[in-house]
Amino acid sequence: MNIINTGKEKDCLIVSVEGRMDAVSTPEFEQTLGGWIDEGNIRFIVDLAGLDYISSAGLRGILTSVKRLKAEGGQIVLTTLHGTVKEVFEISGFSTIIPIFESVEDALQEM
Amino acid sequence: MPEIKSAAKIEHLKRLIEFVAGHAEMAGFTVNRINKIKLVAEEVLVNIFQYAYPGTDGDVVLDCRSEDDVGLILEISDNGIPFNILEFPDPDVTTDFSEREIGGLGVLFVKEMVDEARYRRKGNSNILTLIFRKE
Repeated sequence: MNIINTGKEKDCLIVSVEGRMDAVSTPEFEQTLGGWIDEGNIRFIVDLAGLDYISSAGLRGILTSVKRLKAEGGQIVLTTLHGTVKEVFEISGFSTIIPIFESVEDALQEM
Repeated sequence: MPEIKSAAKIEHLKRLIEFVAGHAEMAGFTVNRINKIKLVAEEVLVNIFQYAYPGTDGDVVLDCRSEDDVGLILEISDNGIPFNILEFPDPDVTTDFSEREIGGLGVLFVKEMVDEARYRRKGNSNILTLIFRKE
């Protein structure tokens, strides 16, 4: 898994996650995002265009970050889900509890 | 039946998933289906790693074969405490996220993404048989 800070716009940190979010790699997502939250970032657009795979461990990592940001008055939105990743979000009901947009541009318009 | 045996520990997850994915690929499944097969295998294995051997170590065994008229048959067995993942209650996927418990989501993916699943307890073993049909 790669997690990359691709820039800041409208006070949102735009983050791209690539590869796999599984039981092994997800702690790295939580730690990296946690580090950015510690630095004072509380609004995130997480672009999943490059994410090929996510398991319940990956969802757990995202939910942990969502809850932490909620407590700090922040927010995470997700963009560009596809394939199995999109299906996993639908089956789990996560599509209804986390805002999801078609593209980073769409997300920026709403932020 | 091609078989792989491993200590039931998270550091072996990647190797075990690759074993399953290799067989799914040979059986001719699409990339999308292979991702689902990997997901099911991960959810079952992680559950075994976390709960099958409380306070002790143990193994997990994967058997994988493909049959032309059935599809891919994956058998996952361990010698841990008796546990039938298929009887685990489904999570409520309609609650607000603040109350959302994540436990059980993996089980839901297993149930949604396999075509057929059977559990049996044989001697000291939990044996889960998962069938992925060819479309």
